[in-house]
Amino acid sequence: MAPAAPKSGDVIFASVDRVNAELFTLTYGAIVRQLITDLEEVEEVNKQLDQMGYNIGVRLVDEFLAKSSVSMCVDFRETADVIAKVGFKMFLGVTASVTNWDAEGTTCSLILEDNPLVDFVELPDTCQGLHYCNILSGVVRGALEMLRVALPEVFKQLRLIRAKEVEEVSMKTEVTWLRDMLRGDDVFELQVKLLKQVPEEYPYKDDE
Amino acid sequence: MVREVSESCVESLLAEIVLSYCSGFYANKPELAARRIEAIGFQVGHQLSERYTMDRPRFTDNLDAIKFICKDFWSELFKKQIDNLKTNHRGTFVLQDNRFRWLAHMSVDPSVQASGNIQDPSAMAENKSAQATGMHLYFPCGIIRGALSNLGIECAVSADISNLPASLCLAFIILMPLLWLSQNLFSSISLQNADYAALLVQSIIF
Repeated sequence: MAPAAPKSGDVIFASVDRVNAELFTLTYGAIVRQLITDLEEVEEVNKQLDQMGYNIGVRLVDEFLAKSSVSMCVDFRETADVIAKVGFKMFLGVTASVTNWDAEGTTCSLILEDNPLVDFVELPDTCQGLHYCNILSGVVRGALEMLRVALPEVFKQLRLIRAKEVEEVSMKTEVTWLRDMLRGDDVFELQVKLLKQVPEEYPYKDDE
Repeated sequence: MVREVSESCVESLLAEIVLSYCSGFYANKPELAARRIEAIGFQVGHQLSERYTMDRPRFTDNLDAIKFICKDFWSELFKKQIDNLKTNHRGTFVLQDNRFRWLAHMSVDPSVQASGNIQDPSAMAENKSAQATGMHLYFPCGIIRGALSNLGIECAVSADISNLPASLCLAFIILMPLLWLSQNLFSSISLQNADYAALLVQSIIF
C-alpha cells in the first residue's frame, strides 16, 4: 500500500482540537513569570525553558508524525522544511520559513514572523538576557532528536562511520536564537545546527 | 477571528509545569509545588477575566459573578459551559463539569505525588494516580480563583478528586465564607441559630 501523501499544515491544523490562543499565551507568560520569581537568574530560566521545550518536543513529535504522514527517511533539509511548514502550523497555527542554508546543508535558520507566544508581551529592562521564547528552541531540538534521517553526505565523507554503513541517524542539534522580536528585531530567527556525531552502531558486526 | 493554537500546546505546557515543579524544583515538597502551580493558574485566570469583562458593567453580586464563570468564562476556555451549579447560599459553590477537557488527555505520571497523607496503604496505588492528577488540577483551580479575584471576590477553590481517574466528571468547590460573613454579619440582628454561630467561629479561624 502506497504511503499517504504528506498533508499540508493548514489541513492538519483545521482537523486538530484547537483552543483560544490567549489561554496559551497567558499560561506561557505566567510560567515565565513564575520561573523568574523562583529561579531568579535569567540564565537559569533560559535553561529551564529549553529543558521544558525539549521534553515537550520529544512528546509532540509522535503526534506530528501520526498526523502529518511524513515518512521518516528524509534528509535534514526536507526535515527542516516540514518542521517549518507543517510542524509549526499544526501546533502554533503559524508557519515558519527556512533560510540561510550553509554550503554543507547542516545549518539553517527558521524564521518566524508571527509568534503566538509573544502576543501582548513586552520585556521589562530587568530581564536582559532572557530568551523569552526559549521553549521553542527546546521543542525544535527535542523533536529533531526523535526523528531519523539519512546520514548527511558530509558526515560520511569525514569517515565517522567505523562499522558497516549506517544510513539513518537521529539528529542532535544545537539551536540558538539569532534574532528576537522582543529585543527589537524584525523577526524571530532560530539557527539550527546539526552536530557531527558518530551514528549508533549495530550490536553485531555484519560480514564485511 | 480569534487566534487559535492546537490543544496539544496547552496540555503539553500544563504537563511540563507539573513535571518541573513536582519532580524538579520541589521534588519532596508537594505543598510548595502545588502552591506554585496554583499561582500560575491564578495569574492566568486574573488576566483572562480582565479581558473577558472589559466591556461589561461590574457584577452586582456573587451569584452573577459565579454564573459568569460558569457560562461565558468557561465557554471561552473550554468551549462548553459548566454543567451543574450548586450552592448552599452560605458562600459555598460547587461547579460541576461532566467532561473536563484537560482530564481527557492528561497522562498521569505515578511518580508525581500530590500532598495529603495516605493513611491506608491498600488504597495507595489508586490514590496515587488520583493524587497525581490532583496536582494538575491546581492549575484550573488557580484559574478560577484568579478570575474571581479580578471580580473582587476572594475565595478558596479546590477540586474534588474522589471520582478520578475513573470518570471525567470534575467538581470545583468555591468557598467564600468571609464574604458571606461580611455580607450577613451586619444584617443579622441576633445570633439565634446555632449553625450560624458555628459557621461564624469556623470562618474566623479560616
